[in-house]
Amino acid sequence: MKKSKRPLLAIPYVVWMAIFVVAPIIMVVIYAFSTAGGGFTLENFTRMGTYTVIFTRSFRLALIATVVCLLIGYPLSYMMAKEGPRFQRVGMMLIMLPMWVNFLLRTYSWMSILEKNGLLNQFFSAIGLFDLINAVFGTNIQYFHMIGTQGAVVLGMVYNYLPFMILPIYSVIVKLDNSLLEAARDLGASSTAVFRKVIFPLSLPGILSGVTMVFVPSVSTFAISRLLGGGTQMLLGDLIEQQFLGGAYNPHLGSAIALVMMIIVVVCMWIMNHFGEGEEQAVML
Amino acid sequence: MNLRKKNGLLNRCFMGLVFLFLYAPIFLLIIFSFNAGNSSVVWKGFSVRWYAELFQNRIIMQSVYTTLLVSLLATAIATVAGTLAAVGFYAMRRRWRDPLMTVNSIPMMNADIVTGVSLCLLFVAIFGFWNDFAEHYRLVINLFGEVYRITFPKLSLGFGTLLIAHITFNIPYIILSVGPKLRQMDKNLVDAAQDLGCTWFQAFWKVILPEIMPGIVSGALIAFTMSVDDFVISYFTAGSATSTLAMAIYGMTKKRVSPEINAVSTLLFVTVLALLAIVNIRESRAEAAARRQHS
Repeated sequence: MKKSKRPLLAIPYVVWMAIFVVAPIIMVVIYAFSTAGGGFTLENFTRMGTYTVIFTRSFRLALIATVVCLLIGYPLSYMMAKEGPRFQRVGMMLIMLPMWVNFLLRTYSWMSILEKNGLLNQFFSAIGLFDLINAVFGTNIQYFHMIGTQGAVVLGMVYNYLPFMILPIYSVIVKLDNSLLEAARDLGASSTAVFRKVIFPLSLPGILSGVTMVFVPSVSTFAISRLLGGGTQMLLGDLIEQQFLGGAYNPHLGSAIALVMMIIVVVCMWIMNHFGEGEEQAVML
Repeated sequence: MNLRKKNGLLNRCFMGLVFLFLYAPIFLLIIFSFNAGNSSVVWKGFSVRWYAELFQNRIIMQSVYTTLLVSLLATAIATVAGTLAAVGFYAMRRRWRDPLMTVNSIPMMNADIVTGVSLCLLFVAIFGFWNDFAEHYRLVINLFGEVYRITFPKLSLGFGTLLIAHITFNIPYIILSVGPKLRQMDKNLVDAAQDLGCTWFQAFWKVILPEIMPGIVSGALIAFTMSVDDFVISYFTAGSATSTLAMAIYGMTKKRVSPEINAVSTLLFVTVLALLAIVNIRESRAEAAARRQHS
């Protein structure tokens, strides 16, 4: 009897979730399937066909950013896990720390690096890179065009979301059971075989949650594309934002796109749950 | 994990490069907050001018105040509510707990923009109903012959909705960091306490709470960080009158970010760096002391 009271402590939060987590999602679904007049329609979804360019661009850029994050993040996590405990702690702190400078500001800082007269172009011109190129190829370039390109947008995504890839992978690798690795080695596995057959499969949950944690915000960002893409590289996030707060006010269409995005997340979560207990470890960092 | 091979020079260089990549924009920002000119590309000499002007800038100071206030309030409320909810969840049967935990992880897994947009839709719909109602009805109270007419206030997006949104996305982080501590806890402890005469509240206060404290603290830290860093959800739920620091910055990026913003970010960054350094040093001292005791 004594124990049965404790679940009641969760009631306020369950009510809160019903109002502020479940109800808003129901609102999105209702809006997505209705017209401004209130009738049922599928038009919001069929109209998305006109935005195929934005959909493919969003997915392509987010996918590239995720792959780049994985290619940088996995080796880094692996190397970190090999270091001493003090190095590891400071390193992890250093990876979290940038989050304390607002991401818009960090992204804006990249603008002044990548600009036409920005620091990177100043640096290249100071070391004579442009002179060299012009002499070799007979061209006449004064600067690299970097800002406003898709490359710049991908760079912004990688820069902002790299910690989300590193942290889950690191936390899985660092917890790997040492005796497993020793057993593999004692049984004659080379270090590549140990990595390929033991370490890598065991770190898959971390990789999957890292991939989700990078892909979802990348595919839905609107600030990064606006700052580094110079307004020419519109992404799904920009599209949604415009339907709610921008010029093209149409919350019904915006909700439909948001619903599609939610389905993407559900698919990601489903895949992750399929591969075991990666999810909780990732968030536990 | 403990691999025999240590990192070679090449690997160290790689790590160095990644950290350089992560910190280059931040160093740039800090350096140019001391620039005498107002450019973020051209160096005009050292000056603390922007730090002085920062405290004169009403818009920035107001947005810093809003950010800190909403983050602190949301963290405090979310910590209490989240801890209670976690204790409740883990006392439940699996059949109830699992679906609730799934709903709990929605705000964390969903894209920020979806959370923001969906909350925005909800608030606008509720306020629509309420304002309609407020327009047509008023409360008439007859108190000792005196008739009071009370009109209902109209509601709109603002600090209140911003706070609700922040609480909503903060609680999941608390629950997910308190949960494992609850799972590790010996369940018999609570029964023992109650058998020995504790009321269930005393058992909670004196047995459970000290046991899960580390989880609560780290959850609160994560929640506070998320609150301060959030832009997207705030952007959709704060309305036009309220503005957090992130929103103020976003507004400026359309034209030009004034160097005062660099100054305020530098101050924030240095504060966090100092706090983390203190915590880190204390932790490693405690560890060293523990190691000495063992040997």
